Amino acid sequence: MEDLSLHILDVAENGIRAGATLINILVDENLEDDLLTIVIKDNGKGMSAEFLNNVLDPFVTTRTTRRVGLGLSMFQQSALEAEGNLEVQSTGVGTKVTVTMRNSHIDRKPMGDMVSTVLALIEGNPNVDVVYDHRRGHGEYVLDTREIRAELGDIPMNFPQVVSLLQCNLSEGLKELNVIS
Amino acid sequence: MPRISIDDLKRIKEEQTGKMILRGGQFRAKVTVHMGTCGIAAGAREVMNVFRENIAAREIQDVILTNSGCAGLCAKEPMITVEVVNSAPVKYILVDKEKARKIFEEHVLGGKVVEDYALAIGSETMAT
Repeated sequence: MEDLSLHILDVAENGIRAGATLINILVDENLEDDLLTIVIKDNGKGMSAEFLNNVLDPFVTTRTTRRVGLGLSMFQQSALEAEGNLEVQSTGVGTKVTVTMRNSHIDRKPMGDMVSTVLALIEGNPNVDVVYDHRRGHGEYVLDTREIRAELGDIPMNFPQVVSLLQCNLSEGLKELNVIS
Repeated sequence: MPRISIDDLKRIKEEQTGKMILRGGQFRAKVTVHMGTCGIAAGAREVMNVFRENIAAREIQDVILTNSGCAGLCAKEPMITVEVVNSAPVKYILVDKEKARKIFEEHVLGGKVVEDYALAIGSETMAT
């Protein structure tokens, strides 16, 4: 994976494949403590204790289409390269993946295109709600599709005009935080 | 923080009220971008962006864009599946931005399969 936004998309898609109806994404760029934290939480079916113990092994996967699962292992590798860590918690309902990195570490991967990641998630899975919370320094941007869905009634979340609106909002929000230029 | 304006959402809702095209689920075509780890690493998200940009630029309202997981042919990612109404679904392999534009133009809008990029047509093949 070239950047963190692709890792985030990958983990979030895992949650959706696990039957999640709500995906929470938190990106916290704590500049004072030089700590980058990414938390991806879903309310899918979770993992068994046995699977959780082996989840970072690349040769462990729930898939039946292939026998290796590299997603979490690669994200862990990216975290370790930047003096960080990746932890997976799952208690039967839902899964929470917490990743930390030293923000200024020379090997920290760039944030990448979070606008495309969040749009791909929402548009590709219009029945799944997404809460995206991005903090940088003292600024914060929050997008909660549950609020938008309530206003839209029976217009789907992936309706082109809605997607355009989301795209503008995400871009403006992340520009204000100086996440993107 | 910029908020999504409630008025914008209401406007979209009002404009669409009565347009049965949505509620009947009568889409002209559905484009599924495979988004497993393999697809994402190979560029699936950028392929999805191309379809989104084309749909927005032409104000198309009856083409739906969606995601699916890994289909097991990781070496052939990015892969997409195009389903045009009343036709068999077609899987395209090794899709990049340029191929995506052509597939959108010729297959999604024109209804003609882009055979050069399709996974397999007509004969037995090995997916290696």
